[in-house]
Amino acid sequence: MSARDNYRVFRATRASRVAAVLGLAVLVLLFAAPWWAGRAELRLLGEIFLYLSLAMLWNLLAGYAGFVSVGQQAYVGLGGYLLFALTIFLGLHPVAAIAAAGLAGALVAMPVALLIFRLRGAYFAIGTWVIAEVFRLGFAQLGALGGGSGISLPVDAARSLAEGRDAREAVSYWLTLGVATAVITIACLFLRSRRGLALTAIRDNELAAGSLGIDIWRTKFLVYVIVGGLTTLVGALIFLQKLRISPEAAFSVNDWTAFVIFIVVIGGIGSLEGPFVGTIVYFLLREMLADLGAAYLIVLGAVAIAVMLVAPKGLWGLVRDSTGLRLFPLGYRTEPKEKKGA
Amino acid sequence: MGEILSLASVTKSFGAVTVADALTYSLAEGEALGVIGPNGAGKTSMFNLITGTLPLDAGRITFLGHDVTRQNAAQRCRAGMARSFQVPQSFGGLTVFENAMIAATQGANLPGQEAEALCLDVLEQTKLMSKANVLASRLALLDRKRLELTRALCARPKLLLLDEIAGGLTDEECRSLIEMIRAIHVSGMSIIWIEHVVHALTAVVGRLIVLDFGKMIAEGNPKAVMESREVKEIYLGIETDA
Ligand SMILES: Nc1ncnc2c1ncn2[C@@H]1O[C@H](COP(=O)(O)OP(=O)(O)O)[C@@H](O)[C@H]1O
Ligand SMILES: [Mg+2]
Repeated sequence: MSARDNYRVFRATRASRVAAVLGLAVLVLLFAAPWWAGRAELRLLGEIFLYLSLAMLWNLLAGYAGFVSVGQQAYVGLGGYLLFALTIFLGLHPVAAIAAAGLAGALVAMPVALLIFRLRGAYFAIGTWVIAEVFRLGFAQLGALGGGSGISLPVDAARSLAEGRDAREAVSYWLTLGVATAVITIACLFLRSRRGLALTAIRDNELAAGSLGIDIWRTKFLVYVIVGGLTTLVGALIFLQKLRISPEAAFSVNDWTAFVIFIVVIGGIGSLEGPFVGTIVYFLLREMLADLGAAYLIVLGAVAIAVMLVAPKGLWGLVRDSTGLRLFPLGYRTEPKEKKGA
Repeated sequence: MGEILSLASVTKSFGAVTVADALTYSLAEGEALGVIGPNGAGKTSMFNLITGTLPLDAGRITFLGHDVTRQNAAQRCRAGMARSFQVPQSFGGLTVFENAMIAATQGANLPGQEAEALCLDVLEQTKLMSKANVLASRLALLDRKRLELTRALCARPKLLLLDEIAGGLTDEECRSLIEMIRAIHVSGMSIIWIEHVVHALTAVVGRLIVLDFGKMIAEGNPKAVMESREVKEIYLGIETDA
């Protein structure tokens, strides 16, 4: 008998099964939020989902593909402006416009990737920021979209979501919940796949990954384009919540990249669980320190530095390293088969 | 038997240091070739050149009849080369089994279930099964070296390149490693094996080359090579109990 007959290989662990059941229960609870939460809570939850999505996406890019981008606001802003342009000029339904923005974002990400993949390390980071600035300056020139001072979403477009303010808020909320769920599902399925295994190998050791047959450039390109497309989609949804867009708000490096990096680094870069932990910590801090004004940013910075010193792999890294816990069934486990009749 | 690999005037320098000086030799299919030479002679660099992690300055590398000089490491791996790194390059955040799965799904390009079966077989062969669920970053050096061999085998290569995997082993471990590699070789695998432990090499390989300052200074039957004057000169103090 060879080893393949004596051992079995499995992917879901008890922890991942429990996490899946709990996750599903939370999802149902959140889906019902319009019936149990007030308008302010719904808005806060929606924002949490959007940040969780952005964090998931930035984590794929920086934590797995090794691209420390500080220019993801390029895609968020692009998404926002596409939502406005497609609804205003083409009369698209906002939901259709959001989907179209995602596709367009992926298309835009392709030439951008060709350009910035030539840059390494700090130059890559600077390159991504420069591209975001170019986008910002470009959109500020478009008079039809409000130029430098911005534009509001026409009332018709907002109304086409649903009749009545409460219904609109609910639909808008469900969209954020749906997109966050989709982003998490896509990230999880991707990392579970063959390509995802290749990406995880690249995360840990590029030299070995290349020598074991992984096309590093192609894998990273794929990740960059998927992340670019989904970030654009999330951006469109963000500005559907805001109903107003300006170049400053759309391409804000603080709002769409700095806070997202904070979330991922605090939570644990290079794991799927990290962004969840980071998002919870970020919003807890933000809600607790709301009265501090600008000092709140200083506290955030101090927390970030403290966590980086104590737990370089983030809070989830601490948990994982001490317990071996993995909540997503991405890995492989093996154990001897039960002997029949023994 | 045909040729599996051939190097023609393969040359590489880092500034003033020449690590490959017009290396020219070939390997027959199914042959096992040993490589020795002092530290810094360019042995690892030669593997880097063959496997594509280091670009050549000049020369040509032919693998299975194709010129692979311009192919990257991934393409050469998929074409059938796999190596172990002298300094282990594990995927630290993944388990031993997952490390093997990467080689099986990417290098050998096997679908899920076949890849899993291959990994199980190889882990048993390399005696790492008991560590299958351990994170690679938690392994001791010895097991990391075993993992290097495991991963290389899981890529199902036609040519296996081993870079000092016996260093630091006890006599018992070394014997079991020699048996393992001999079995792999007998099953038809072509092998190039860099090792300082000469008796381990000569137990498996049929031919030996000696590198010094990037140059091939001796080549041939292991016994004759070890007894040649050039080798004795650079190898004073290193065991020659072949
Ligand atoms: N990437 C590199 N850049 C500069 N010098 C290098 C590089 N890689 C190896 N060297 C140098 O090339 C020489 C040969 O190294 P190596 O091939 O590792 O030798 P060996 O494996 O025979 O001990 C050494 O002097 C080493 O310092
Ligand atoms: Mg070496």
